[in-house]
Order: sequence, then C-alpha cells, then structure tokens
Amino acid sequence: SSHEHKLNFKKSKEACLNYIQDALLQKQWKRAAEFLTCYVESLEKDYSRERVGPSEMIWRIGTEILWHHSQSSMKEFSCFMEQMKTLGVKRYLKVCLEHVFHLLCNGQIDEAYQNLSLAESWRFGEQTAIQDKEMKLIQAYRGLLDYYSWSKQKNILLEHGEDGFSDLAVEQEMHGYFRKAAVNLKEIIKIPGVWDIFVKCYVDLLEFYGDHNEARQVLNEYAYNSKFPANPNAHVYLYQFLKRQGESKNSLISALKILHDIVPSHELMIDFNTMLQKSKKRKKRRLGLEVIFAALDYAGWKENAKAWSCLVRQVKQIVSSEKHLDWIKQEWNPRKEWWPAFHFSRYLAKRNWQENKSLSYEKALVAGILLGKDCKYFKYVSRQGCKAQLKRFRMLKKFVNRHDPVHLRISG
Amino acid sequence: RDFNERCAQCSEVNWGLTDGGKFYCKSCHNVTERTREVVNTDFITNSRVQTISKGLRKQEKNDGGCEWYICEGFQLVLKKQAEALEALGVCPEMKDEILCNFWRCYLQKSKQAYCKRPAGETVKALSVCESSTDVDSDPERPSLLHLLSLSESEGDLQTDCSFASSVSKVSESTSVYSGSVDGSLYLMKNQKEKLRMTMPMTLSFCYMALLWLREPITLSELLRFVVEGHIPYLNVFQHFPEKMKLCGLDLKIFCVESWPVYDEVFNKLHELAAFLDLPRFPDITESCFLHPDMLCMKYLMEANLPDELHNWTCRVVKKIGIGEVDFLTLTPGNKSTRKVKYDVLSAAVIVVVLKLLFLLDDHYEWLLSEFAEERNKNNTEVCVFHSGGPYFEFKKWYEVVKHSLDVEQKKLDEERAKYLWRCEKSLFYSVKNKSKVLKRRQMVVNLQNQFGKLSGSVQCAEKPNPSSFQLRWSEENTNGSCFHGHSLKGILQEKCGLLTAMNPDYWLCTVKLCNEKLCGHLAHYREVEFPHSYHFVLGLFSFLLRIQPSYIHDEVCMIEHKLFNKKLCKKLKYNTVLRK
Repeated sequence: SSHEHKLNFKKSKEACLNYIQDALLQKQWKRAAEFLTCYVESLEKDYSRERVGPSEMIWRIGTEILWHHSQSSMKEFSCFMEQMKTLGVKRYLKVCLEHVFHLLCNGQIDEAYQNLSLAESWRFGEQTAIQDKEMKLIQAYRGLLDYYSWSKQKNILLEHGEDGFSDLAVEQEMHGYFRKAAVNLKEIIKIPGVWDIFVKCYVDLLEFYGDHNEARQVLNEYAYNSKFPANPNAHVYLYQFLKRQGESKNSLISALKILHDIVPSHELMIDFNTMLQKSKKRKKRRLGLEVIFAALDYAGWKENAKAWSCLVRQVKQIVSSEKHLDWIKQEWNPRKEWWPAFHFSRYLAKRNWQENKSLSYEKALVAGILLGKDCKYFKYVSRQGCKAQLKRFRMLKKFVNRHDPVHLRISG
Repeated sequence: RDFNERCAQCSEVNWGLTDGGKFYCKSCHNVTERTREVVNTDFITNSRVQTISKGLRKQEKNDGGCEWYICEGFQLVLKKQAEALEALGVCPEMKDEILCNFWRCYLQKSKQAYCKRPAGETVKALSVCESSTDVDSDPERPSLLHLLSLSESEGDLQTDCSFASSVSKVSESTSVYSGSVDGSLYLMKNQKEKLRMTMPMTLSFCYMALLWLREPITLSELLRFVVEGHIPYLNVFQHFPEKMKLCGLDLKIFCVESWPVYDEVFNKLHELAAFLDLPRFPDITESCFLHPDMLCMKYLMEANLPDELHNWTCRVVKKIGIGEVDFLTLTPGNKSTRKVKYDVLSAAVIVVVLKLLFLLDDHYEWLLSEFAEERNKNNTEVCVFHSGGPYFEFKKWYEVVKHSLDVEQKKLDEERAKYLWRCEKSLFYSVKNKSKVLKRRQMVVNLQNQFGKLSGSVQCAEKPNPSSFQLRWSEENTNGSCFHGHSLKGILQEKCGLLTAMNPDYWLCTVKLCNEKLCGHLAHYREVEFPHSYHFVLGLFSFLLRIQPSYIHDEVCMIEHKLFNKKLCKKLKYNTVLRK
C-alpha cells in the first residue's frame, strides 16, 4: 500500500515509475519529466536481475517525453538518443533504428540515412551476431531510402525525357541506387514477416527493369508461403500485379480467393464479385453471390451503391431466369433475422431516399425481392419514386410485383 | 604513543587521547595540556594508543589516503548527527558529553578502543594475497562473497560477484577489500557478542542520548527529521575527509539504501543500553515532554481534537498506571518490563479515549454527531454558547481532518517517489570499477539536467524548516475548521459528581493478547475486521508518527486490557462488547 513506511531505494523508484506512467497516460509531459529526473539515478544501481532495467526504461520514457514535449527540440532529441546508444550495447541497434524512425517522421531523410549507414558499420564482438535481426532491418531501411532516392532520380529522368533531354549522370545514379536498394530489399523479404512496404518497393523496381518473373515469384512467395503471417495486403499486391500484367480472369480470381476468406469486407470484393458473376462456371457464380452478400454484412458497406448494384444484378438475373433460387435462399437464411433491421428499416428508407436515390433504388429492389412488396423499405421508396415520376422506379415496382411470390419461396 | 612522562596526579604512565587531541591519564582521568599533532583537525583520531603488532603504522598511502578504522567512520557520523541536532535546538550537552561518553563506553565494551588488545585478535584484515579459492583451505576465513552477504544493506548480486572476482594482488599492508583497515574484519565479527555498529544504530545512539537528557523529541520525530534531511544519515560519508577513502566492503557498512525503521532503531536502543551496562535513565516525570499527559496534549492539538479530551486522556493514563515514573523510565537490562514507546503509547491513549466517548463502531459516533449538529443549529439562532465553543461534531471533524490528511498523504507519497538517494560523491567497490561508476554518474547528471529543464517551473524546493507539528489548525480561521475549543458537552453526562461518557458500550480490539515474544505483536491488525472510523483514527496517527497502524493497534490493545482487566478476567467467555 502507499502507506508503506518501510521505504527503500527500490520501492521508491517503483513508486516513481508509477507516477511517470500516470503522467504519460495523461499526456502531462512536464510532470513526467519531473519524475523522470528523479528516476535517472537508477542507472547507478545494478538491476541485472530484472527483465527490464532502468536504462531501457529511461530510453523509452525519455523518448516519449522528448518527442511530445513542447519545449523539446529535434536537436535535443538526437542528443538524447546518442546518449542512449552508449547505455546498453545489447540494445544499440534497436535504439539506432528507433532514432531513424523519429528522424524520418520529422522529415530528416538525410540524417536518417547517415544514421543507418553508421549503424550498418557497427561491430561489437558476439553482439553483432546476436543482433542480426536488427541489422537486417537497418539494411532494409537503408534499402528503402535508396529506393526513395532511385525514385527521385527516375522522376527527374522522366521529366527530362519529356523535354527531350537525356541525362547520363542522372541515369547512372539511378541505376546505382537501384542496385543498392535491390540487394537489401531482397534480403529482408526472405525472412518471414510483414514487409509490405519493402515488397511494394522491390516489385516496383523489378517491374521497371522488366524482371517480371522475379516480381511474380516474390509476390507469390509473400502471399502463399505458409511461413509468412497471413497478410491481406500480400494478396492485394499480387492481384494488382497480375492485373497490370494482363493476366486471365481465372488467375485474377484465384488471387482474390484467399483475400475474401480473410477479409470479406475488403474493397476489392466488388471487383471480385464482378468477375465471378460473369463467369461461365456455375461454382464461380455461386461464389460471387456469397461474396457480395458477405461484404454487405459490414456496416462500412451499407451505403455503397456500387455493392448494392452488384447484388441487384445477380439477384435480378437469378430471379428472372428462375434458376438457382435456392442460392438466394441459402444466402438469405442466416441473414433474414437481422438484415431487415440492419438495412431495410423505415428510417433507413427515408434517409437513403433523401441522401442517395440510386442507393435507395438498388436497395429497394433487393428488399422487394427478399421481403416482398409489402415490406416497409420497398413500399416507401417505390411510392416516393413513383410520386417523383422517376421512370426506373416504375420499372422497379413492376418487377417486384411480378416476382412477389419469390420472397415466400426464399424465406420458407 | 611517544609520551612517556609520568602523570602529574597519579604518577602512572598510562595515557590516552581525548577527542580534542589532548593526552589524559587513564588511571585518574587527569587531562593535560599536551596535545598530539593531528594531520587534519577535522579528523578525530581514534584514540588507540597501542601500537599495531606488525610495526609502525603508515600514515599515508600512495593514493593520498590514510589508514582508518570503521569505528572512526561511525564516530564521524555521530558527530555530524549530533551537530545537526544541536542546530535543531538540542542542548550542546548532548553532543559534548552524553553522546561522547556513550560512544566511548561502547568502544570500550566492544573492545575497539580504550582497552587492551584482546589476545589473538589481529588488526590485519583479510590478506590480499588470498584469492577466493585459497580461502577454502582455511575454514576460519570466510570468503569475500560470504562477507558481502553478511552485511545488512541490500546488495547487487552482479556487482558483488564482479567485485569479488576482481580482487587482485596488491602489497601486503593495504587491504583491497575495503578502504578502511578493518572493513572485512568488521563484517566477520560475531554480531551477538559485540553488538556490531550499523548505520541505523547511530540513530539508536542519538536517541539514547536524547532520552537521557529527556529532550522534547520523540523517536518518531527523530526518524522523520532524518527522512526530511535535517539529520545526516543517507550519504553521510560525503562528510568524511578526503583522506578517508571508502571502497569495497566499506560501502556495505556505510551506504544505506533504505530509511531506518522505528522498530529496528527502538530495539537496538534497548540492546545497546543493556550492553553498555547503563544505569537507570533519568526519571520521566509528569513535567517531562515524553510523559503521556504531555504528548497527548501535543497529539490532540495536531489531530485537531477538542482540548477537553485531555482530561480524559489524563484519567485513562492515571487509571492504568502508565504515567508512573517507574513505568516510563528506562531501566536497561530489565527484561520483565515492556519497553515503552512514548509516542505510540500516547497516540494509543487518544484512540482509546475516542473509543470510550464515541464508540467508533461506524454508527454511534455519527448519531452523536447528528445530535451535536442539531444543538449547534439551535444555538446559533440564539447566539449563545454556555461555555466553551460549539458542540463537537464528529462528522465535521472527520471531513476536515480527512481532507487535510489526504492532501498531506498525497504530498508525502509524491515526495517519496521523488527521493534522490545518490549524491555527488561517488563510491566504487574497487579501482577497476571506478571509471564505469564515474561515467554513469556523469550520464545521470546530464540526464537530470536535460529533463530537469523540461520539468517546468517546478524546481527542487528548499528543504522545509523542520517542525514538530505536521498539521496545523488555527482558531483564527473563521471557517470553523479548528476544533480545539469545541465542547464535549453533548456526549457527557454527570453521574455521582463525575463526568462520564454517555456512551455505555465499548468494544475490545481483541479478547486475548498474543505473546509478543513469539510473534512480535500483541495483536494482529487486519483492516477488514474493524470499523472504518477506527481505521481512520489509526491511519491519522499512523501518518503523524510515520509508522504502521499495527503498532498503534498493539498499544491500544495493551491499554484496553489494562483498563478492563477486572471485567476481562470475569467475562472472557462472553462477546467482546462490554458495558462499562
């Protein structure tokens, strides 16, 4: 308890840390600094038995305070980081890396690059081998900055190219950056991990220089190697690449399959559904219906008129052909309890009509088919639409009326 | 040493040195005017007159240091502490006579000075040439690691181990294990026999001297002054002269990393008094500050309670005999009497009185408070108070005091979290360690500067002036937050010419007292079993005295058992609520 009268160094510093934590959580930087000033003398005591020692605490807390405190400058920040680098050799590369991140956030690209180069050349006995992972990261980030430089040169070159000038020096430099970047980026993406930015940049480089095979291999590895953590972006990148390459619809579809599994609400689901709908294979069309229903389960898609139009297209097609009504039944079954309140309430009918007539049109059709012509949503919207003498709403009414019995078959 | 003249008074040649550096005859205590030159006037030399068996003592070492003994270090500490106390207003006698004599007596009894060297004991500390492996062959010589673990101060395992393994061979006359000559020997000594000196014990010495002089300061106050920095304790080695180099094992002895605990200092005090064969201390009489009647008055004021309660505390004190001279005065070596903690005792008396008058069962006191409130309301309309102030309302008192207590407690908690334990003077275990330690220190100072600037306007506040009162209540405040003058009229009644409490009940904290010798406590205080008002009151005094509530609880139990002794003997089997 706080009224513990037996007080020693250790307890006193524990209490101090609690105050620092409170202050940090409440963004009271001055107060946090005040208590940190009292905490730093812990450095003079040996805490080798603890998991997290005072030097690490001071590094992390100090970083937070200096980053946010209004009176602290970048110069002070860097000076502090340099001190922290000398404090713990086991942490040296980590501190370097974090320092670099802060410099990048502050727009100091050149300083960041210098720090990365410096860190890369660091050697310290067996520590070098132990901190191998951090070293790879440092090299990767340097590779990233090299890519950034390459990109700048490329843009210059393209500009000059437009003007009719050709600049050999710039071109040489550009190639130089490419080589440096490629080497490091290739290394890091070999290790299982989430390397979105590295992968993107590397693929960009490869594509520019025409090495599409390598790019394809990299993206496949990234998406399908089970050692790598499941990452929706990996599939997105692969898909986008394949699209750029003009691949067949089939390979595009297979690229998006896993994405649908892990992120059913992904924005690419519209593309996915569109491709699937048009397929000649029944299975694919069935999947398409599943995909679009699943996407509309998510609140973020409620007002997405495009998504609704996808659903409408498929539903219309199925209902008109009277084939595969059971598909709709299967999809509607788990949703019939909650979709009416979620999508088709009277309130939403009013709002959708006011804000987005196309949206209300699409939704009304779906509502009419799934819930029948007497449902609140359809009634309201179709009445409004007919009042406003909008042609398509008349068509809508006709269509739904014609197929009214469908909803009974579906919900039965 | 070189002084071979015969003493003018008794013709003996048996000289010793006073603290002033003057020779005095040990046989008849005649002090001469002949002084011995001291290298550094600040440095109180240890008055060892015997030569060291292995030869002349080298005064200077290579590094500008000199040989010094652990007890010399402690002597310096005591001197500094006594000076600080004098600055606080304690009479100079304490430093110049009482403490000095106690200390000399201690040195003599523990055979560190003023005596013949006991046979077989060499001053030579652990020889340097022995590494830890050699030590195994000699079972009497404990290893360095063992010595390090003997010390009471907290150790860093890694630093200890690295120190132990880094000991290297140096010349024979110096000990690398410590800057002092006998550091390792000191830790090796059998504690029980000779009552080895420690830092907390310096406070026991101080308090013993204060008690002897019956100075108006309690042990809890002394300890509070230590924590507040008015009395040197932490980092007191800063004041050692340059020539006294501390390193190695000395750090274990002189560097403390925790504040002294009341119980520890208190118990050592009694051990010490017995060890020194001291006679009965000067009497603690009714006019003494430490007498419960006086201390109760002080604490009542500090707790913002009505002065009228003082009558009651005196009555309780008288009834159970804890105001008797024989009970209060310290007689060292007397194992049958319970040792008296004057401050805790007085606080406990007040708690008992509050229980007598207000019951403190989380119901009755609030009921009484309501009645008082009613009466006060009626009276304000008439604007007449019979005598004394308004009726004392427990509720109001609780709110006012709780508020202040919370504020002070919060301040105290923050202060505790902000203590700076290190000082400018860095200490190192060994020379190898030195550069690392200095580098660290430099970094700490840099960081303190950097973040200190970002702390805003809050600067290191000046040490507040030491004061005896932590909570102050002024009658001049018109907001009615001072309760000293309030009247207990509403809760008292007259019976047979005597004022008694209207409250007919009392609940005992415990029906049976524990055996203190077995488990260290008379009773076991667990918060959940007692009413909130009781906690609050214990908490209040716990804050004022800076001790755990359980100590006050113990004294409360003791007092209650004395008070209700007769009834208890009869009614042990019944429930704990008694009728008075």
